[in-house]
Amino acid sequence: MTRYIIRRLLQVIPVFLGTTLLVYYMVFALPGDPIAALFGDRQPPQSVIDALRNQYNLDQPFWVQYGLFLKNLFTFNLGVDFTQQPIAATLARIFPVTAMLAIEALIIQAVFGVLFGVFAGLRKGKLFDSTVLVASLVVIAVPTFVLGFVFQLVFGVQLGWAKPTVGASANWGNLILPAVVLGLVSFAYVLRLTRTSVIENMNADYVRTATAKGLSRPRVVLAHILRNSMIPVVTYLGANLGGLMGGAIVTEGIFNVPGVGNKLYQAVQRGEGPTVVAIVSVLVLVFVAANLLVDLLYAWLDPRIRYE
Amino acid sequence: MSNTKHFVAPVDETPLQATDSLRTDQAPLSLWADAWRKLRRRPMFIISSLMILSLLFVAFFPGVFTSVDPNNNCQLSNSEAGPTAGHPFGFTLQGCDVYARVIHGTQASLSVGVLSVLCVLVIGVTLGALAGYYGGWLDAVLARLGDIFFALPLVLGALVITQLPLFRENKSVWTVVFVISMLAWPQMARITRGAVIEVRNADFVTAARSLGVSRFGALVRHVLPNALAPVIVLATLELGVFIVAEATLSFLGIGLPASVMSWGNDISAANASIRTNPSILLYPAGALSITVLSFIMLGDAVRDALDPKSRQR
Repeated sequence: MTRYIIRRLLQVIPVFLGTTLLVYYMVFALPGDPIAALFGDRQPPQSVIDALRNQYNLDQPFWVQYGLFLKNLFTFNLGVDFTQQPIAATLARIFPVTAMLAIEALIIQAVFGVLFGVFAGLRKGKLFDSTVLVASLVVIAVPTFVLGFVFQLVFGVQLGWAKPTVGASANWGNLILPAVVLGLVSFAYVLRLTRTSVIENMNADYVRTATAKGLSRPRVVLAHILRNSMIPVVTYLGANLGGLMGGAIVTEGIFNVPGVGNKLYQAVQRGEGPTVVAIVSVLVLVFVAANLLVDLLYAWLDPRIRYE
Repeated sequence: MSNTKHFVAPVDETPLQATDSLRTDQAPLSLWADAWRKLRRRPMFIISSLMILSLLFVAFFPGVFTSVDPNNNCQLSNSEAGPTAGHPFGFTLQGCDVYARVIHGTQASLSVGVLSVLCVLVIGVTLGALAGYYGGWLDAVLARLGDIFFALPLVLGALVITQLPLFRENKSVWTVVFVISMLAWPQMARITRGAVIEVRNADFVTAARSLGVSRFGALVRHVLPNALAPVIVLATLELGVFIVAEATLSFLGIGLPASVMSWGNDISAANASIRTNPSILLYPAGALSITVLSFIMLGDAVRDALDPKSRQR
């Protein structure tokens, strides 16, 4: 088990280096001089420009810049962005907000997706099942930004059930509306995965055995059918956590959530290389950690799976 | 069936007549013929293909459905005006005919979807098949390469790629296609790799090899055709996903240029008047959703038909 984890962690290294290198290279190639942009239409003295370029290593060739970035990353010295704000402080401000949003969305899609999926699977071919199936396709077909606008308009503005924009006051309650929008599409996928899996397992031998032993229906469904149906669902949820953290650009933009997506969008537009790469590095780590966690969960869900 | 419930598995016996009635002079139905026979009877498949055919017709011949010029006939005096005769969906903020724009936007959205899927198929199937078939270091390198792109969320990758000088200057349908295929091929490669690994050691491949077919020839002629089922399912499903991706990118201002008429651009523009006149947003959004819905319904039906677990003999 320990050896497996170590091997997995070693595999993270090339992925991490590759992703950061790719993003760093693309940010490096962005047009425009970020230092010149700092001064607007004024012309600063050459010595100031040189000092700034030196501070951000912009006077070095690409590979040296990337090497220095890695060195700083591993010594936890993220430096400052182009407005002289420490990047570490920015990360500490935006990641908790997005983590809250992502966790809330994850809980919504996991709880409701599994619940509806199990009920639909157990009643395969009945009215409830067909309704839920068609409804989930419709949910998948409507783009997130359309859902976001409609929900904002209906629940935020017209009905007044939630705050239409989150702004600086990001807490669990205010984030519910964006979390629903963010989680809705994945909710449909979780539902369909659970349903398929439940239908597959419903007729398995061990389920028949469990029923024959005289176990109650809830116990058969919860302990035998559901637990064995969870592997594809957990895989999807794990892969999705990374997507929820980084892919919330649209949702965070619509509801004005001061999180990772919003910051990332601004930073790319302004050509703030250091901020972009720092955020992406953390996102890659979250993505990899979530996938590792999922693999370890397999062994708990299905004791037949062992890692060595 | 109340008290007679029994949990003894029924004994499967093949009736004698069944063996007699087997036509040995005919080849059994292939996976594809079997799937096609099943597909033809599914209402979901019929409805979704009819919808897709009509969408294609709209995309190729928009002039049949509207004679209003969607771009050059805009009058600010019509700004956000409601429906009138000849203009059933009303007017946008700029006074353009919403109906004409929805009709003419079909082409861009559909072509981005179809072209992206084709590119992803070419890249993903080639790399995935090579990795799965030859294995070894090639497999390891391609798996890590795929992981790198996999860890990069679509919107984020697109944000950075479209800012590159090469794409910033000349945006078109092709830049969007390039961005989407760059970020979406690993999924296709993984699915192909898995399917190829399942097939590569099958008896018919060994037989072909022992008959003198080259290693690469066996991959192209025998392994790939038998590994295509999951690939085709994913491709149909991804078509819908890519159309949404195009709209999302255009909505963020990094997709199609504003001069190209697309549903994504129109939704993005309608955003300004959502509080005063939400219907301007709802018409292109509705068209987009119906299109995506028909493609995922098609993908769903194809998956059910090709899924070996649901196949009956």
